[in-house]
Amino acid sequence: MTTETPTAPLPTAKANIPNINRPLPVKPAAPAVNRIGLAKPDYNGNESTLCNGCGHDSISAQIISAMYELGVNPNSMIKLSGIGCSSKSPAYFMNRSFGINTLHGRMPSIATGALITNHTLQGIGVSGDGDTGSIGFGQYKHLLRRNLRMIYIIENNGVYGLTKGQFSATSDQGAVLKHAGRNDYMPIDMCLEAIISGCGFVARSFSGNAKQVVSLLKMAYAHRGTAVLDIISPCVTFNNKEDSTKSYDWGRNHDERINDFGFVPNYEEITIDDFQESEDKVVTMHDGSRIVLNKVSAGHDPTDINAAIKLCMDAREQKRFITGLIYVNPNSPSLAELEEVNNDVPLAHIPNEQLRPSKASLDKLNAGWK
Amino acid sequence: MSTVTEVTPPAQAETSGAEAGRAAIINDFSIVACTKNGSGSQTANLTILRSFFKMGIPVVGKNLFPSNIQGRPTWYTIRASKDGYVARTDAAEITISLNPEGAQDDYNKTAPGGVFIYSETGDRDSVKVDMHRKDVSHYPLPVKKIADPLEKDAKLRTYGRNMAYVGALAWLIDIDRSVIEAALRYHFKGKDKPVQSNMAIVNAAYNWAAQNWTKTDPFRVEKMNATEGLIVLDGNTAGALGAIYGGVNFVAWYPITPATSLADALGDYLPILRKSPDGKPTYSVIQSEDELAAAGMIIGAGWAGARSMTSTSGPGISLMSEFTGYAYFAEIPCVIWDVTRMGPSTGLPTRVSQGDVLKAYYLGHGDTKNICLLPSSVYECFEMGWKAQDVAEKFQTPVFVLSDLDIGMNNWMSKPFDYPETPLERGKVLTEADLERLKGFARYRDVDGDGVGYRTLPGNKHPFSAYFTRGSGHNETAGLTEKSPEWVANMNRLGRKFESARTHLAQICAPVVDEVEGAEIAIISFGSTDPAIVEARSRLAKEGYKISYLRIKALPLANEIKDFVAKHKHVHVIEMNHDAQMLQLLRLHMPDMATKLHACNLCDGLPLTAKWVSQAILK
Repeated sequence: MTTETPTAPLPTAKANIPNINRPLPVKPAAPAVNRIGLAKPDYNGNESTLCNGCGHDSISAQIISAMYELGVNPNSMIKLSGIGCSSKSPAYFMNRSFGINTLHGRMPSIATGALITNHTLQGIGVSGDGDTGSIGFGQYKHLLRRNLRMIYIIENNGVYGLTKGQFSATSDQGAVLKHAGRNDYMPIDMCLEAIISGCGFVARSFSGNAKQVVSLLKMAYAHRGTAVLDIISPCVTFNNKEDSTKSYDWGRNHDERINDFGFVPNYEEITIDDFQESEDKVVTMHDGSRIVLNKVSAGHDPTDINAAIKLCMDAREQKRFITGLIYVNPNSPSLAELEEVNNDVPLAHIPNEQLRPSKASLDKLNAGWK
Repeated sequence: MSTVTEVTPPAQAETSGAEAGRAAIINDFSIVACTKNGSGSQTANLTILRSFFKMGIPVVGKNLFPSNIQGRPTWYTIRASKDGYVARTDAAEITISLNPEGAQDDYNKTAPGGVFIYSETGDRDSVKVDMHRKDVSHYPLPVKKIADPLEKDAKLRTYGRNMAYVGALAWLIDIDRSVIEAALRYHFKGKDKPVQSNMAIVNAAYNWAAQNWTKTDPFRVEKMNATEGLIVLDGNTAGALGAIYGGVNFVAWYPITPATSLADALGDYLPILRKSPDGKPTYSVIQSEDELAAAGMIIGAGWAGARSMTSTSGPGISLMSEFTGYAYFAEIPCVIWDVTRMGPSTGLPTRVSQGDVLKAYYLGHGDTKNICLLPSSVYECFEMGWKAQDVAEKFQTPVFVLSDLDIGMNNWMSKPFDYPETPLERGKVLTEADLERLKGFARYRDVDGDGVGYRTLPGNKHPFSAYFTRGSGHNETAGLTEKSPEWVANMNRLGRKFESARTHLAQICAPVVDEVEGAEIAIISFGSTDPAIVEARSRLAKEGYKISYLRIKALPLANEIKDFVAKHKHVHVIEMNHDAQMLQLLRLHMPDMATKLHACNLCDGLPLTAKWVSQAILK
């Protein structure tokens, strides 16, 4: 994995560009800039069209913060989504990144094609509980199985918003909604499903907990394969009653952090001695970044897959809203590594002369079939 | 199993075959080998086929197989034709029967005056049929007695028994055994051991036949010089190679008959042909979880700037419907090979049809229409393999190649493949330097008047490079819009783009036209119906019939097809589907001449024969 360290700062967008209708980031008067010379507004997107107070908008803001703070080059990132309220949100952050709003539940396959043919891009996918847990469940599982390097965010509100209030696959058992009636089925736990599918980075958070979401996004960025962030993101219009586990009230009152952690990006020079060795656990990511977990703060060891599974099972059973890094295994090779296409030149940019074999090779084949 | 219990001895030989004073029939007959599925008869059949080819005799092989894996009857037909005809014939002159199941039917179907070679093993594998036909020459063959002692490995014995009929046939119709050895050497890629062990059985069977059979039939082969410079290959391998020489660098696929061997061939040849100077692969092949994901992956790859493709068949095409509509509207290049088979539903998955014409052309929802290339031969599978990649990127849209099971899975003679004459055409892609010069771009603006916009590729480092791709309504700058005029303008531009594609395809995949002076009757066809039409026209021409012929190579239909129709009184549209799908498209294309166009379609799972074509035109 490479980190964004361009030799010269990239130019920032200018306000007045012919032939472009979409809003462009406006440069502030005295901008603070990050390590690649970009100001935070350079990471802005379009104005959101989601409902006022939607959790998804908080997550978009947290993505902007995390990528700005990390100094990610927007041109090296692609934004992907499926269909639904959550999937509209890639238009609301990082306009300087390419975006692709795909089909309902099918973002993983598009991501696979795009990121296997250009592994130098960092993918950030935004999906929802309907998009991932129902129509896209198969593609979600296969994405994780292949370990495509990308951040996969599930903006989980337990309800279909864009079609006005149907139950989703993560809706609480026994929940009652105005039009949908009562949900009799077990909710699918997106984190548990991720762990058992081989995912090496599984976290849950709450859209109202900006600090935690930003930290998890930074860690997810450093992950070698697919990083799943199941972020409970309340739907203020259809599923925000206080007894819903996807509501703001529930999130605020029940947020149970399973670990406290710090994140040291690979470009920061901090030695291991700076940590309290006896109390901290350090997980070194494939790109050299480090996650520093305070062992004392909670009993959960996120490098223990059985503990992670048990934690999810118990939490579901006991209706506990656990947040934090549930499972991490930084060592599984990504799809691009497995396919051996993680070369200097990505597949999509291989020059034409290397794409067409020689005439001599065809002559030889022709002769062989005679 | 055959229901016949009473076995009658073969009819007396004095009334049959050569003894009846028939002239020798040289290099002009078909053979059908009826064996058990999974018994390894492919080696035996391909050896016969390649032996004929190496003797200079025009030949074609067709595998007519059931949708089973092991034990059930399967048929392989080999046609030798001194005149170069490569269509299927209605009945084979020589039946080789090694599977008791269905043997009576195979016997009954043998062409008049034909040959019946059957396994006589003294056990349940013996072919027991009522051999009542006096016109047929009967030859029993103790395949186990001949082959088993020569094959120590019990697991390989069924293979050996199949080689026994190759040896006996060699004696019967005079195949040069040195040619058989050369054919085996080809099959086993020069490996000595299997060549020797198989030749031992061929020789033993040859000698056994020489000692025990008396030839009473007129069929034999003779060396000629009609295959010089040609190759023999299947269409799926040709299509895969075409794609490789077309620069494909991402493949996603899901197993389905009859398209699997195309993906297999990509897997075989890509590692050989496509390494970067430092030895790294310049491609990736992923077996996806289903065809839906395969479509998503190739579209993702096309969006990122790769040349991508998948191979599938009818059911897979159905699963790709939503994604195809998406790629059409979001304007993302990709290539979808549809090796067509019989539908609807699971249909007859190992039988041929051309039933996906309308489906592929209109795949998607709302107003979609797709470019389709229509190969009729192994040669065109290669040619369209690379051209499809160029067309997809030139027009930034999904391109279908509609091959079929007959072309794709069977072995055909072909002229050697020609190296692509034009460089890779990557379409309108803006670089960082272009963006710096232009100070921006509008993804879906029709700058050149051909309906094709300029695109940028993810990873482009220029700050103005990014745009947002979506299946929802968008304006020129790829922004979300629900405004009616913007929607209409965009759809009109897509219409202009489709017309640009029509013009371009009329040049690079122009219809193949053979107009006969003074002809009132004409044929229009596409794809694998071609060999039967070529043979029928040739035979009818000898009887004095004047029939013109136009073969379509691409959709949208070229405008010159209208001119061709205008010149003729009756135009028969020959195709292998139940609903006369190409006829429907042609009638839409030229409504004023719709009544001139006649349905001439058959969909029975088998490749067309010249006899059927002749009768259908003259009825």
